[in-house]
Amino acid sequence: NLQESESENKLDGETASDSESKSEFGGSPPVPTSDDTPEVLNRALSNLSSRWKNWWVRGILTLAMITFFFIIIYLGPMVLMTIVMCVQIKCFHEIITIGYNVYHSYDLPWFRTLSWYFLLCVNYFFYGETVTDYFFTLVQREEPLRILSKYHRFISFALYLTGFCMFVLSLVKKHYRLQFYMFGWTHVTLLIVVTQSHLIIHNLFEGMIWFIVPISCVICNDIMAYMFGFFFGRTPLIKLSPKKTWEGFIGGFFATVLFGLLLSYVMSGYRCFTCPVEFNNDTNSFTVDCEPSELFQLQEYNIPLVLQSVVGWKTVRMYPFQIHSIALSTFASLIGPFGGFFASGFKRAFKIKTAEYNPFCFALHFANTIPGHGGIMDRFDCQYLMATFVNVYIASFIRGPNPSKLIQQFLTLRPDQQLHIFNTLKAHLVDKGMLGSLEDA
Amino acid sequence: EVDLEERLGELDLRSDLDVPDVPPPIDSTPEIFKRALSGLSARWKNWWIRGILTLAMISVFFLIIYLGSFMLMLLVLSIQVKCFHEIITIGYRVYHSYDLPWFRSLSWYFLLCVNYFFYGETVADYFATFVQRREQLQFLIRYHRFISFALYLTGFCMFVLSLVKKHYRLQFYMFAWTHVTLLITVTQSHLVIQNLFEGMIWFLVPISSVICNDITAYIFGFFFGRTPLIKLSPKKTWEGFIGGFFSTVVFGFIFSYFLAQHQYFVCPVEYNSETNRFVTECEPSELFQIKKYSVPPLLQPVLGWETVNMYPFQMHSIALSTFASLIGPFGGFFASGFKRAFKIKDFADTIPGHGGIMDRFDCQYLMATFVHVYITSFIRGPNPSKLLKQLLILQPEQQLSVYKTLKSHLVEKGILQPSLR
Repeated sequence: NLQESESENKLDGETASDSESKSEFGGSPPVPTSDDTPEVLNRALSNLSSRWKNWWVRGILTLAMITFFFIIIYLGPMVLMTIVMCVQIKCFHEIITIGYNVYHSYDLPWFRTLSWYFLLCVNYFFYGETVTDYFFTLVQREEPLRILSKYHRFISFALYLTGFCMFVLSLVKKHYRLQFYMFGWTHVTLLIVVTQSHLIIHNLFEGMIWFIVPISCVICNDIMAYMFGFFFGRTPLIKLSPKKTWEGFIGGFFATVLFGLLLSYVMSGYRCFTCPVEFNNDTNSFTVDCEPSELFQLQEYNIPLVLQSVVGWKTVRMYPFQIHSIALSTFASLIGPFGGFFASGFKRAFKIKTAEYNPFCFALHFANTIPGHGGIMDRFDCQYLMATFVNVYIASFIRGPNPSKLIQQFLTLRPDQQLHIFNTLKAHLVDKGMLGSLEDA
Repeated sequence: EVDLEERLGELDLRSDLDVPDVPPPIDSTPEIFKRALSGLSARWKNWWIRGILTLAMISVFFLIIYLGSFMLMLLVLSIQVKCFHEIITIGYRVYHSYDLPWFRSLSWYFLLCVNYFFYGETVADYFATFVQRREQLQFLIRYHRFISFALYLTGFCMFVLSLVKKHYRLQFYMFAWTHVTLLITVTQSHLVIQNLFEGMIWFLVPISSVICNDITAYIFGFFFGRTPLIKLSPKKTWEGFIGGFFSTVVFGFIFSYFLAQHQYFVCPVEYNSETNRFVTECEPSELFQIKKYSVPPLLQPVLGWETVNMYPFQMHSIALSTFASLIGPFGGFFASGFKRAFKIKDFADTIPGHGGIMDRFDCQYLMATFVHVYITSFIRGPNPSKLLKQLLILQPEQQLSVYKTLKSHLVEKGILQPSLR
């Protein structure tokens, strides 16, 4: 994606198919659409050739963004949640704007209002579900929250229905098709943008490490694939993105797995990253404090005989989480790029010039304000599938169901059902030897 | 050779008027009808055909109900597949995309994936005892979300790999069209099946209310219709709307009274592992036990009674009928707008005189979701067997702490006597 931005920032009038035939090495150096590089940088780098200047500019700004990322992490989960929320809104706004541009539908009555209304509804639904799950005790304490939470699905559905009926009433003769297109466009955008951002927040609540490691792996894969492609790239990977090469792909894969292992090792040592985020009733704030689960406790692993000669050790001390990080990095390197190809196809399909566009993104949209970087933000379109994968992975292999949620559900059952479940659970625990046959206090 | 992208670009920008009409579907009325009705004028002939086929469909419906819940599930599934097929075919016609590589296979593949996901989530809970016995099924259930996601991802990657230069926009359109269709048809049909498992009455009463509303609104409109209701459907009138509302509420009320008496309709569907079939046998919940209600003083002179024996469920049926009459038609308007937008008269010509399956079910769109949300909010608690399954997956220490919490709760409520052993 780094490479694509250079070719996409072309002189107007060239189509995507034209840009495919030029390559960075063979053709003339790409002309940036407007040179916004600050004067400071211009002077400092004035004696380098333009290609290396571009490289340096990007490098510096990459570091700036990574630093920004670390600052936000330091500020804590609440700030992260807010950032994810803002990014979601900005992405939604951008995709909807693309829809307007494609369909010339600025003048459609009601439509902008309706799109924002649907965004609000869907967010209300998801936030309500999240809040009910994680802030159970807080919700039970406050009377209005309790009612809102008890009838939450009904309220959300009623809100959505209102929007639906408003849409039907707003249909205007001669514009039906356009309105249906925009309705479909809005819903698909909501499906992608809002669900992804809520899955990210769920991952975050599981422990900041589940938020940081996947995102970093995707970023690392992008950078590594670019570098390997830059130095060793020869065989093209896919017609859709002609700059990607097999060498970059494979090199990026191995580099990302290694990076994931190292990053997980460093992070697993700190409670603030590995503990689930909880809401403390007494202090009314978020806390990350717990006994680290066995995933984050060092264990001895035997090295398979094959590798023993290579590495020279018989056993190694690792965190079990590092094994999981291999799965996450593998996904980021192998499947993540498909999200990028999807976005490339989307941009080609709608003939969007990169500088304005930032789909499926989870970062702020700098567009032309970062010189030469219009494309670097596109790196985040690989995050598209990553968030869902991490969430599914956690639900399937790591976390069991949430005990407090189960208790909450239990309390709404009928007494005879409660008794039946209680007795079954008791029999199960006795079976396992966790409970003596005598009743304990 | 015209570039497809150019053509599509024009298609987007042209107003509705410029798009050519799709030719009307062929008249598929069977010969036998034509001969029998040859003596009548065209309008009455249409009426008779519609009437006969309405009765035919209602009879098929009753037959399936008689055959039981499993057949009903199959029926819902086949309707879902047919609706999906109809909407996708419209997409092909609109975008002239029959020749797109892979696309038909991909659409059906996505349909399969999403169905697999939903069936695994909902139906698997009900077959818990059946599943416990078989090892392979256990594995599938435990990692169900992961497997579904992997299947979906495969389809996604196939889509990306199938993108062909010059056809990008078309392919993205069809991708989005497929997903929106899945969202509408598949989720609705699974909600219908979940309602069905709650008790056949939760399946029958809503669907019949929508059908009744459709028929009575038409009849009232036919005889008394004067003021048009909405520009989108010029045939609908306020008289039909209001008349349909009242008749549907009365119909729902009476129909529920009859259904609530039979265990067959009222009990949740369960799978009996010994006999390997579905059974509907239980102690009817208090919703389905007759209670005495005092008639409000206003209505006493009208009705002449002071108290009345009713099932509590009948109160709920009023809510369901109200929704069917007031909001259900919006689903119909949505479908009318959709047909106008894409210049089609009917979704398909599967049923003579009635159009396609989608035409019959367009008002049901919202009903199934409403009933499901209504049940989860006001009637049913969470599913006990699912809760138990989740409890058994917890870590042992978590199970112990949950056990202790539950025990103290039950003792507090007096449901469990503190043991003295």
